[in-house]
Amino acid sequence: MDFIFYFGEVFTFTSMLLLIGGTIGGLIMGATPGLSPTMTVALLIPFTFNMTPVHGLILLGAAYTSTVAGGAVSAILLKIPGAPANIATTLDGNAMARKGEGAKALQLSFISSLIGGLFGVFLLIFLTPVLAKMANSFGYSHTFWLAIIGVTVIGSLEAGSVVKGLLSGCIGMWLATIGFDDIQGVKRFVFHPALGGGVNIIPALIGLFAIPQVITMFAKGRFQTDIEQIIVKKHPVSAAFREVFFRKRALAIGTSIGSVIGLIPGVGGQIAGLLAYDQAKKFSPEKSKFGTGHSEGVIAAEAANNAMVGPSLVPLLTLSIPGSPTAAVLLGGLIIHGIFPGPNLFQQHPEVIWPFINSMLIGQILMCIFGIYIASMAARVAQVPQSIMAAIVLGLAAFGSFAVQQSMGDVYVMAVLGSMMYFLERFGFSAAPLVLGLILGPIAESNFVTGSLISTAQNGPFVYFFTGGLNIVLVSIVVLSVGFSFWSEITAKRATH
Amino acid sequence: MNIFQHKISSGLVTFVAVMVCYVSFTRQPADAYLFPRVVSIFFLGLALWTFIKALMGRSKAGNGLSINMFKNMAPGVLISAMYIFWAAKSLGFYTATSIAFFLLLTSYDPAPHSEYKSWFKRIIITASFVAIMYALFAKILVVYTPRGMFI
Repeated sequence: MDFIFYFGEVFTFTSMLLLIGGTIGGLIMGATPGLSPTMTVALLIPFTFNMTPVHGLILLGAAYTSTVAGGAVSAILLKIPGAPANIATTLDGNAMARKGEGAKALQLSFISSLIGGLFGVFLLIFLTPVLAKMANSFGYSHTFWLAIIGVTVIGSLEAGSVVKGLLSGCIGMWLATIGFDDIQGVKRFVFHPALGGGVNIIPALIGLFAIPQVITMFAKGRFQTDIEQIIVKKHPVSAAFREVFFRKRALAIGTSIGSVIGLIPGVGGQIAGLLAYDQAKKFSPEKSKFGTGHSEGVIAAEAANNAMVGPSLVPLLTLSIPGSPTAAVLLGGLIIHGIFPGPNLFQQHPEVIWPFINSMLIGQILMCIFGIYIASMAARVAQVPQSIMAAIVLGLAAFGSFAVQQSMGDVYVMAVLGSMMYFLERFGFSAAPLVLGLILGPIAESNFVTGSLISTAQNGPFVYFFTGGLNIVLVSIVVLSVGFSFWSEITAKRATH
Repeated sequence: MNIFQHKISSGLVTFVAVMVCYVSFTRQPADAYLFPRVVSIFFLGLALWTFIKALMGRSKAGNGLSINMFKNMAPGVLISAMYIFWAAKSLGFYTATSIAFFLLLTSYDPAPHSEYKSWFKRIIITASFVAIMYALFAKILVVYTPRGMFI
C-alpha cells in the first residue's frame, strides 16, 4: 500500500496543471486521425527535458491515457480510429452516431474507458511490486534474454510478416550499436559525423513514428475525400452511467480482456479492443444488434483498450519489456530522466514511480470528465485538414529533435530514419520492433558482453546462457512466441486461400 | 502489388545487412564487435530469407507504392528535405520553419488558390504556429536554434 503515501506529489499545483494539460491535449491529439498515442508521447518527450522526472512522467502518463481514450472521438464521429486501439469502437460507435446517438456513444466510451482504465491502473499498482521482487533474482543472462524477448515478441506480432518484424528488430539492435562501444570506447559504424554520439533515442523515436505519418498525409495528395460531418445531439450523462452499469457483462469482458492483454508484452490495445468486442458479441443475448449501433460494442471495446494501459506498464517497470509500442516510447522517456526500469526501481526511485502511477489513477478520472465535456469540441479538431496536420507534425518533429541536444545532427537522424521507416512500412516492416531493438539493444549488449566475460571464467557461454531453470524458461518464451507467430501466419494464409 | 518493388526493397535491406556483417567481422578489436557480430548474423539471415521470398514472388506483406503516391508526396518530401537539410541552418530555424510550413500548406491545402481568403488563412495559421513554437522553444524551454541569415 506504499502508493497511498505518494499521493501528495500528485496534488501539487504544477502536477495538477500538467495532468490537466496532458489530459486535455492528449484527448485532442487522440481525437485527431493520424496522431497515434505512440507518436503523441514521442513528440511530448522533448518538452519534459526541463521538468523534474516526476513532472515529466506525469505529463507523459496523462497523454498516454487520454490519447487512447480520445481516439474514440474520431472513431465514433468520423469512422476513423484516432489510434489503432479504437478500431473496434468504430464498428458500433459510428453506427450509433449515424442514428443521432453520437453524444451517447461518446459518453459511454469515456465512462467505460474510466472503469476499464481504473481497473488496469489498480492492477499495475498491486502486480508491479510483486513482479519486481521476483525479478530481483535475475542475472546477466536472464536480463539479456528478457531484452531479446521484448524485441522478438513485438517483432513477431506487430509487423505485416513475422520475418519482417524480426528483421525490423535486428535493424533496431544494429542501430543501437552505432557510436562508441561502452566497454572499449571503440567507434563503431560511424559513417557520418552526426552519428558520432550514436543514434539518440528521442530523435529516432520522433522520426520513426512521426515522419511516416507526415509522408502518408503527403501521399494522399491535395484533394482527399472530405470527411462527413455528424451532428452530435445532447444526451444526459447520468443516463450514460446507468447504461454502462446496466451492460455489466460487456464492461466485465472488456475490462478483464484488456487487463490480461496489457500484461502480455507486445500485444497492443488494438488486439484488446477487437478481442473484447468479439467476446462481448459471443456472450451477448443480442448478438444480432452488434454492428448496428449497439452500446455493448462500444462499452466492451473502450473498456478493453483503456484497461490495457496500466497493465502494459507492469512488464515495462519491472523487466524493462514494454507491453505496447507506446510503453516502448515511455521507456525512452524514463531513460532520459535517468530512471532505468528493473526489479530495483521501486527501491531506488519510489518518489518518482509512485506519483507517476498515482497520477495515472487521477488522470483516468480527469480523462472521463474532460472527455465528456470537450467531446463536441474535439470533433471539430478531428476535422483539421491533413495539410495543416502534416505541417504541424513536421515542425514539431524538427523542433523536438533539435531540442534534445541542441544539435542539427539529431534533426538529420530523425529525418533520415523517419523517411526510411515510411518506405519500410510500405513493404510490411514495422516501427515498433525497430524502436524496441534500438531501446533494448544497449541493455542486451551490456548484459551479453558481461555474461560472456563471466562465462569464459566458468563453463563457457553455452552453459551460462542456455542452462538453468530461468534461462530455459526465457529461451522457451522466445522460441514459443516466434513459433506461435509463424504458425498463426501460416494458418491465416491457408484460411485466405 | 508490384513484385518488382518487393525485390528492390528486400534487396536494399539485404545489401545493408551484408555491409553490416562485413564491417562487424573485419574490424578490430574483435571484442568491441562481439555483439554486432551476433546481431549481424541474424540480420543477414532474415534479410536473405526476405530477399529469396521476394525473388520467388512470395513476399506480399505491405501495400508498396504507386506512381500517384509518388507524385502526391514529391512536393512535400522536397520541401521537407530542403527545410531540414539546408534552410534550417542557412536561413535560420524559425525563418525556415515559416517558409516550409507555408509552402506545405499551399501545396496540400484543398482550398482554392484563386481566393484571397485561403491565402489569408494560410498566412494566419503559419504565423500562429511559428509564434507558438518561438514562445515554447525560445522563451520557455530556452533552446538556442541555429541562426543563419535570419533567426
